[in-house]
Formats: sequence, structure tokens, C-alpha cells
Amino acid sequence: MKAILKRYAGVLIAAAAFAAFLVLFPHWRGKALDSIGYQARTMLLVIPPIFILLGLLDVWVPRERMIRFMGTGSGLKGATLAFLLGSFAAGPLYGAFPFAAMLMKKGASFRNILIFIGAWSTTKIPMLLFEISALGARFALSRLAIDIAGIAIIAWAIQAASPKQEIERLYAEAEKID
Amino acid sequence: MDTYLLYGLALAGLSVSFLKDKGKTRIALQKAWKAFEGILPQFLVVLTLVAATLAVLDTAFISRVLGASSGFLGILGASLVGAVTLIPGFIAFPAAASLMREGAGATQIAAFVSSLMMVGIVTLPMEIKFFGRRVSFLRNGLAWLFSLGAAFFVGWVVSL
Repeated sequence: MKAILKRYAGVLIAAAAFAAFLVLFPHWRGKALDSIGYQARTMLLVIPPIFILLGLLDVWVPRERMIRFMGTGSGLKGATLAFLLGSFAAGPLYGAFPFAAMLMKKGASFRNILIFIGAWSTTKIPMLLFEISALGARFALSRLAIDIAGIAIIAWAIQAASPKQEIERLYAEAEKID
Repeated sequence: MDTYLLYGLALAGLSVSFLKDKGKTRIALQKAWKAFEGILPQFLVVLTLVAATLAVLDTAFISRVLGASSGFLGILGASLVGAVTLIPGFIAFPAAASLMREGAGATQIAAFVSSLMMVGIVTLPMEIKFFGRRVSFLRNGLAWLFSLGAAFFVGWVVSL
């Protein structure tokens, strides 16, 4: 009971703050309530398939295979695979985090994890067609081109700026996912 | 449309898995549930953050920021608004397109779209849970800076 309370302490604080927000700003009350309902529905709709895929990945993909395809020695092939996996994935960015943690548990390298997150966030293939039709090919394709460079630069910079023991700690955390 | 794709994949995966090994499939579903339950507290916090943010920064407000302001301050404002909001692309793109028809600059729109997708301030609690503070702050900070650079590039290409 105490453990549950401790885990959900942040939720209680957030709920209290949200209630205070509703009371203090009646002007925004209706919108906030509409919005929380809409967001909860979207999240609950998007989340189940992501977690099912994550569970299947854990059960069916052996660690050795993941290391071979996306581990530290996987080179350009591993980076390309991480990029494609992120680009073809669907769903909002917060869906990528648990999935990335599972890839870490299975032995994908940190660089490839960062590339995966970057691709998931910004180079979505289904979204690209939509962006072209809404904002034009010049806009969408130039953004795609600069984003591919950006994903690589950001992945490199994060890795360069993160101490080795911090990355090891993250891997140890991911290892605990069961 | 994204969501259908996800469900299709998950269902196909589950069916194949079930035909091959019922026991393993059950374990996979148990793991899925446990992983979901593990992130649920952060998830609920993010939900309230998103709701409050989107109530204040509604479409009308975003349009004002993106439409009215020009120059570097406008780009900065657009990228900051993009960083704190969480709007799916299928809503954001048409909205951005209509703003552009009304005269908003391509650079501002690009700053907004890029930071909207790459930077997630309200989803930080979930990101930190898996990636720790250091990496999460680094990623969001770098992605935000990058979204400014990307905006200038896209604005330049569109103006060619």
C-alpha cells in the first residue's frame, strides 16, 4: 500500500494541481476538461498495441539477434535499421520511450537507440505524405532532409555528452523491465 | 490512420505468436501489461500537463503566435509553442497550412512543426523514467536548438 502511494505521489500532486487550475481559471475550465478527455482517449487507444508489440518483441526476439542487428558492432547497417524502425513506427513520441527501453534491454547500442527515438519523433513515413499534401513538397522534403542530418547530429552529441556510467545506469534500468 | 496500422501490426503479431506458442503469447501479454502498469504514474501526470497546456495554448493562441509575429522573435515564439504542445500531425499540418495561406512565414511554420515533433516538454516525466534527467534534458535542448536551424533551412528552400 505504502509502495503504491509512493509511486503515485506524483500523480496525486498533478491531480491536485490540475484541480486547482480548474478552480482558479474558470475561463479555461471547459477546454481543459475537453482536452483531458480527448487526450486520455487518444492515449488509451494508441498505447495497447505498442505495449503488445513490446511484449511480443521481448518474448520472441533473442538477445543475440538484437545485438547482431542493432548492437555496438552493427555499424551503418544497425543505424539504418534503427532509422527505418523509427520511421515506420506509428504513434506519438511518448510511445517510443518504452519501446526504446525494450530495445536497450535486448542489447541495441545507445547510438542506435538515439537514432530510433529521433526517427520516431520526426521522420514518419505515413506523416510525410500528409505533410506534402498540406504544406507542399518543398517544405516537407527539405524538412525531411535536414531532419535526417539532425537525427545523426543529435544522437552523436548526446552520446558524446553522456558519461559512460550514466549510460550503463540506463541499461541496468532497462534490464529490470520484465 | 497511424492507429489502424499499429493495431493491424499488433493483431498480426499476436495471431502468429498464438499459433506458434500459446504459453509464450500469454507471457508476452503479461509483460505488456506489466510494462504499461510500470509507466502508468508518469502517464497520468503527463495527461494533466497536456490538458492544462492545451487549454491555455489553444488553436487560436497558436495561430496568433504563428500568424502575427515575424522575424527572429516570431521564429523563437513558434518553436517555444511547438516545444510545449502535443498535437498529432494530422491536426497540426492542416492548421499550419491554413496559417501559411493567411500569410504566416514558412520559417515560423517550420520552427513550430519541427519543435512540435522533436521536443516534448510535457512528456518529459515519461522520457525521464526511461532515459534519466541528463539524457532527456540534453535531447530536448538539442532538438529545440536544432528545430531553429531546421526552420531557417526550410524557410530558405521554400523561398528559392
